[in-house]
Amino acid sequence: MKTETDQAERKLKKTACGIRRNIIKMLTESKSGHTGGSLSAVDILTSLYFYKMRYKPSEPYWTDRDRFVLSKGHAAPALYAVLSEAGYFPKEELATLRKLGSRLQGHPDRRKLPGVEASTGSLGQGISIACGIALCGKHIDKKSYRVYALLGDGENQEGEVWEAAMSAAHYHLDNLCAVLDYNGLQIDGKVLDVMNIDPISDKWRAFGWNVMEADGHSIGELTKVLDEAETVKGRPSIIIAKTIKGKGVSFMEGKVKYHGTAPTYEECEKGLCELDEYEKNINREGA
Amino acid sequence: MEAIATREACGLTLAKLGRVNKNIVVLDADLSESTKSIIFAKEFPERFFNYGIAEQNMMAQAAGIASCGKVVFAHTFAIFASGRAWEQVRNGITAGGFNVKIVGSHGGLSVGADGLSHQCIEDISLMRTIPGMVVIVPSDGIETEKVIEKAVEYTGPVYIRTSRAKSPVVNNKDYKFEIGKGNLLRDGTDVAIIACGIMVEPALNAAKALAGSGIRARVINIACIKPIDKEMIIKAARDTGAIITAEDHTVIGGLGSAVAEVLGEEYPVPLKRIGVLDRFGESGEPDELFKKNGLTTENIIEEAKRIIKRK
Repeated sequence: MKTETDQAERKLKKTACGIRRNIIKMLTESKSGHTGGSLSAVDILTSLYFYKMRYKPSEPYWTDRDRFVLSKGHAAPALYAVLSEAGYFPKEELATLRKLGSRLQGHPDRRKLPGVEASTGSLGQGISIACGIALCGKHIDKKSYRVYALLGDGENQEGEVWEAAMSAAHYHLDNLCAVLDYNGLQIDGKVLDVMNIDPISDKWRAFGWNVMEADGHSIGELTKVLDEAETVKGRPSIIIAKTIKGKGVSFMEGKVKYHGTAPTYEECEKGLCELDEYEKNINREGA
Repeated sequence: MEAIATREACGLTLAKLGRVNKNIVVLDADLSESTKSIIFAKEFPERFFNYGIAEQNMMAQAAGIASCGKVVFAHTFAIFASGRAWEQVRNGITAGGFNVKIVGSHGGLSVGADGLSHQCIEDISLMRTIPGMVVIVPSDGIETEKVIEKAVEYTGPVYIRTSRAKSPVVNNKDYKFEIGKGNLLRDGTDVAIIACGIMVEPALNAAKALAGSGIRARVINIACIKPIDKEMIIKAARDTGAIITAEDHTVIGGLGSAVAEVLGEEYPVPLKRIGVLDRFGESGEPDELFKKNGLTTENIIEEAKRIIKRK
């Protein structure tokens, strides 16, 4: 049994590795965009899209689909790489990121790309939109779909996040699960220095949420807490996922610089080599 | 139909439509008694959600609910709908292409005694600048009913401004409201008065009084400020050669500006915009405030006589 689980986990790790490679490539091509926060979210998105969520890329507006809202809209490259991996659109299109006429806008545009549930990028709004979808599913349509939202850590500085948190608990939205990508960095520096959000778990708990913590780069931990969240009734769940900005590319890890900077061609080559090496290791583990 | 506040007509219409259209969902932010969304809430508590004093969250949640195929009406005071939650309306609702109708009640100086913080005189300007947003200011109960019906039929974001004060009936009950169309209420060839909302009645009264002085004034009710009825405005300019606009709103960016844009580009004629000048309101009775800010029948008459000389 353990071997089967290990194998499934290894497969997800390899998927995440491929997604990281595509993020690096598409950002290098676009010459601008948010690298660090895209890479920190990869394992979370991989766990959601390739382990947890129910959806049909051939029928993007299937009414019973689980929904995902990228509240930290600047991590759009990660979402695009995941959506193309899932089959929503051809991978070649990733090269059009941020280019005129592309469906892959700098921040997600719902009207342009199937699979994108909300036009986000203005922080704090995505979580509210996710709450609205969950409220409609639970109280109006009585459907069984679940709604997931990915929040940035700095995003918790927005007042609207707490308005949304309050309302989700008030309306008992147990079909809603938020994941907080806690990489500790924002544009101007460390979240701790710019505007401290801690103790973040206590804050969400005080707002009536079921709070769980996980290593945001451990597929095993993430899939476990995502399963657990589904069993919690009467209140929404949030997973505080500890992550590393720029995860997967050693010279980007933990660097504020890469919040909003794209890799150069040289950095891209170097990053891709590292990811190739990482994938070889995963294969070796499996051998 | 008797004089009724447009906010009340909105609540009554939504309740009526809610009986046949189960897709209508109504939201409010702790002002349901004032916005009159309570009329719907009482009849359909399962399709009404109160968000408390949190307008930004309400607007973005409206987008989420609309994404599930609902027609969502989000109510709050005009100042909070267009001001406090402007960016949620822009990025969350409109840029998302969601089918949300934003109802801003208590628009204009006619709110009265609560003073400047609650007298929203900028909502038309603010909403008009959002790409793709339809902006409507109904003038009486009859028109409000038609506007709400059309808003439900129309797919996309719509901003509807309603008022606290009672509006006398100015439209015929068989009047058919269309998005992008104005309503000719009275014909005339000497001057055209284009008004919206609560200022339509003084415009009609002014036209009647002007007739006594031998001046034939055309009165046009333009409820749909965006998209605006260019054709009707250009025709009025061509037929009368002078235009006056009247609105319970700042002259910067509202109906007057919208008309000026059409005239400036298409058919320039003398124009006078009656509205609140570049200043805030203050506490007082609506009629006192209208008088102090030059928003009365007398002001319209005076400006009509003056503008005719500029032709």
